[in-house]
Amino acid sequence: MEEVIAIAIGVLAASGVWLLLRPRTFQVVMGLCLLSYGVNLFIFSMGSLFIGKEPIIKDGVPQDLLHYTDPLPQALVLTAIVISFAMTALFLVVLLASRGLTGTDHVDGREPKE
Amino acid sequence: MSLIVLLLLPFIGSCLAAVLPHNARNTESLLAGVVALIGTLQVALLYPQIADGGVIREEFFWLPSLGLNFVLRMDGFAWLFSLLVLGIGTLVSLYARYYMSPEDPVPRFFAFFLAFMGAMLGLVISGNLIQIVFFWELTSLFSFLLIGYWHHRADARRGAYMALMVTGAGGLCLLAGVMLLGHVVGSYDLDKVLAAGELIRAHALYPILLPLILIGALSKSAQFPFHFWLPHAMAAPTPVSAYLHSATMVKAGVFLLARLWPSLSGSEEWFYIVGGAGACTLLLGAYCAMFQNDLKGLLAYSTISHLGLITLLLGLNSPLAAVAAVFHILNHATFKASLFMAAGIIDHESGTRDIRKLSGLIRLIPFTATLAMVASASMAGVPLLNGFLSKEMFFAETVFISATAWIEMSLPVIATIAGTFSVAYSLRFTVDVFFGPTATDLPHTPHEPPRWMRAPVELLVFTCLLVGIFPSQVVGPLLAAAALPVVGTLPEYSLAIWHGWNAPMIMSLVAMSGGILLYLLLRKQLKRGRFKYPPIVGHFNGKRMFERSLVVMMRLARRIERRISTKRLQSQLFLLVVAAVLAGLIPMLHSSLSWGDRPKIPGSIVFVTLWLLAIACALGAAWQAKYHRLAALTMVSVCGLMTCVTFVWFSAPDLALTQLVVEVVTTVLILLGLRWLPRRIEEVSPLLGTLRKARVRRLRDLLLSALVGGGMALLSYAMLTRQTPNDISSFYLSRALPEGGGSNVVNVMLVDFRGFDTLGEITVLAVVALTVFALLRRFRPPKESMQLPAQQRLLAPDVVTDLVNPRHASDTALGFMMVPAVLVRLLLPIAMVVSFYLFMRGHNQPGGGFVAGLVMSVAFILQYMVAGTQWVEAQMSLRPARWMGTGLLFATVTGLGAMAVGYPFLTTHTWHFELPIIGDIHIASALFFDVGVYAVVVGSTLLILTALAHQSVRGHKPSSQPKPVVQQGAAV
Repeated sequence: MEEVIAIAIGVLAASGVWLLLRPRTFQVVMGLCLLSYGVNLFIFSMGSLFIGKEPIIKDGVPQDLLHYTDPLPQALVLTAIVISFAMTALFLVVLLASRGLTGTDHVDGREPKE
Repeated sequence: MSLIVLLLLPFIGSCLAAVLPHNARNTESLLAGVVALIGTLQVALLYPQIADGGVIREEFFWLPSLGLNFVLRMDGFAWLFSLLVLGIGTLVSLYARYYMSPEDPVPRFFAFFLAFMGAMLGLVISGNLIQIVFFWELTSLFSFLLIGYWHHRADARRGAYMALMVTGAGGLCLLAGVMLLGHVVGSYDLDKVLAAGELIRAHALYPILLPLILIGALSKSAQFPFHFWLPHAMAAPTPVSAYLHSATMVKAGVFLLARLWPSLSGSEEWFYIVGGAGACTLLLGAYCAMFQNDLKGLLAYSTISHLGLITLLLGLNSPLAAVAAVFHILNHATFKASLFMAAGIIDHESGTRDIRKLSGLIRLIPFTATLAMVASASMAGVPLLNGFLSKEMFFAETVFISATAWIEMSLPVIATIAGTFSVAYSLRFTVDVFFGPTATDLPHTPHEPPRWMRAPVELLVFTCLLVGIFPSQVVGPLLAAAALPVVGTLPEYSLAIWHGWNAPMIMSLVAMSGGILLYLLLRKQLKRGRFKYPPIVGHFNGKRMFERSLVVMMRLARRIERRISTKRLQSQLFLLVVAAVLAGLIPMLHSSLSWGDRPKIPGSIVFVTLWLLAIACALGAAWQAKYHRLAALTMVSVCGLMTCVTFVWFSAPDLALTQLVVEVVTTVLILLGLRWLPRRIEEVSPLLGTLRKARVRRLRDLLLSALVGGGMALLSYAMLTRQTPNDISSFYLSRALPEGGGSNVVNVMLVDFRGFDTLGEITVLAVVALTVFALLRRFRPPKESMQLPAQQRLLAPDVVTDLVNPRHASDTALGFMMVPAVLVRLLLPIAMVVSFYLFMRGHNQPGGGFVAGLVMSVAFILQYMVAGTQWVEAQMSLRPARWMGTGLLFATVTGLGAMAVGYPFLTTHTWHFELPIIGDIHIASALFFDVGVYAVVVGSTLLILTALAHQSVRGHKPSSQPKPVVQQGAAV
């Protein structure tokens, strides 16, 4: 299982970075989405993965990291998810505004002259 | 009144002045005058405390960890300057009342004026080097604003810009110098710096810090070679020139020289730099002043020359000269301010400042003329006036200095020549303007100005006379008190008018007669306007040189920028990612990557299969995002869902819920945006070279992404196989229930332990929503995206069908999906209940404000999608901005509530109730915070999505709709 998660994080990050470096704005937005999935999973996996140990306090269970999964990365990722949503929205709108202003969807606001 | 109140008073006055009505000349002037007068009286009352070398000191904690405190410190020298700043400020406010015309926006003038007064006062009573630089730069800024007061005039803008550039750059040098000085002394406290003169002069850094500080001081005081900005600053209104550019701000430079005199002076470097600059400026200023045709220009160059005199005196390294410098600061302020005001009256009354046009004014404005003549006699150094006394002291210093032979020879000569010039230009100011035939071609016929416009001039001229006739009685103790802090122990000097027939007296006589002779020689040619620029030095135009060097600097900077940076986003991002990879590799230098021995999680074939699918989708999205946007979006969503599944699998229900709803919202958002993107059809690039270049670039990017992906995978695998001892997290686990009052630890952390973080986060969300709204308000979609879809365009206009949007419908959603639309309306109340449920259980079970808010907004968006923007907005009044505002307010007020009862910001409080039927209830104040989060999330999500959705409505306005391309009657 660890291998699968690690590979998944790697692939998400690689695809994200690849798209980030592409010339069209839509590609960049998609790349940011993929990259944020990868990074969120990465941060989440820092807290050691457990099955069936939600960080919700139950009566009679000792409150330590052996009986619950680590809540800290989860809280961080929760914030990150919302912020990456805001970022995607902002980029999408910047993309549209730039498209409306410059007439092109190239990231530099003009078609490359070759 | 304490010093801090004294300092704050002008700033408070400035704020008040700024909000007064546009034409409140009387109120404004009264306000400024009263503020300055109260300050003056207060400073005057402080005299007994500083008279015998006493120091008033007030200290406030500022950055105690860095050893920096906000110190106000008034000794005799600072006292004299405060008196000048506030006293002349009072007179100038009165004068400005009559000078400013009713059309001028006076609130701006008086607000800047008072703020400048405060800055200048702060500068002189600062007891800390950093603080001095702070107020120093403030005076530069307000001077900029005041010079550019008439900003519709190009010369005002240019003059202001130049003054700011020169004095601001000087201020930066000063800051650097002062930092070094503080480093050498080990403290920025002025008292310590003043006591450490020996140490500073012997230190290895002295030759570096001294020029830096001197550049600051000399540029502020318009000393050679920085003198050129002052004449251009004369574009300011005359009250500003009288106040800033004669009496106060330009004196800041010499103030600093005198202030730091005990710690910096006494060395060869000081003598040559300060004395040299002073001597050059003294001569150059006086020389140029003779050839000016503008009254204010003449006074500006004369100011430069007199400041040069003061600088030279300070540069001589002799205590007696320093006393003379302090004396001349006082004298120059009085006669020059009155001269500027007189020049302003002449300009105001006659409509011109051109000396060649003005003539015989004594018959028209006899009283003002007499005042101006007395003041200029003082400027020329005529006996029985205050200018004479300090000039005599200056002459005496140049004669009795002991230095190398050529200096001993040349200094008295320089002094006499400068004295000659000053007599000549003073004569030019008086004889040319006031005598001779009465001018007839003036724009207005001059009359005596209003009584109170002249009063400040009268008072200043009276002071000149008083000091000039009874020096030791009037100014003796005052000068002693002011000069004592500068020189340490007062040297022997006498303030008598008559010292007998000695060398200074003879020099004075030579200068007088020489000046009269020179004036008579030049008079005719000047009147005819033969000299457009001063001969010889006129070719060196400081302004042109300044502007040229600016152009060269800009060009150079642009060239460097072009060489070392790029405007292309792709290259920038590439470098950024490379830098990140390198930063990630740095720790590998010390330790290699190794796996841990944590027991593995039992595998699941379902999980692995699902992830294989998602991995394929991620690669597919990366591959197809250019030409197949919808497919790419779908594949990215698969990855999102799989991330969500992973969260569920590994005990993170809160994350999974949030991810799921965010996924929905993001997808809707991008779908809304897709239609505004240009069509892209796969094609082969025609040029082989381009193709090859693109291939190389792609290969490079591919390698980099593979590197990033591989690195991330290895890193996370290493982390996943190791034990993670985490002390922070067990703290949260054990405190969540007893202290946070909730059993869902993640939620308690968000709204309680890390509440401040969440507050920041919802603020970001709100800011993003507003930015999106603002960006889209101005958005004009490209024409091709506004057209109807091809299928609808090809339809004959008379075909009746409910499957496509009727061509002239006002909304995109009309005509589609009638049955789902009705059903979805029913969904809204259900969604509300779900949202409420998720919200309420949030503290103890998975849920919370974020998820609940997103669910609510998804429900609204669904209404938009099936029923159309206009229908929804006609039925419900959703005001997203209000939701956001209320939410932020709620969250902040909850946090402040804790402060009100004495706890840190955002501390949670829990209450317990016993309610009938429902039973035991407990409410945490975190709940109210979560309400805020909820409202902000609903508001901003709605604002973002509806702002995008409105674009479709806009694009479909019937007026902007293109005509169908198919002709009437064509077969379908």
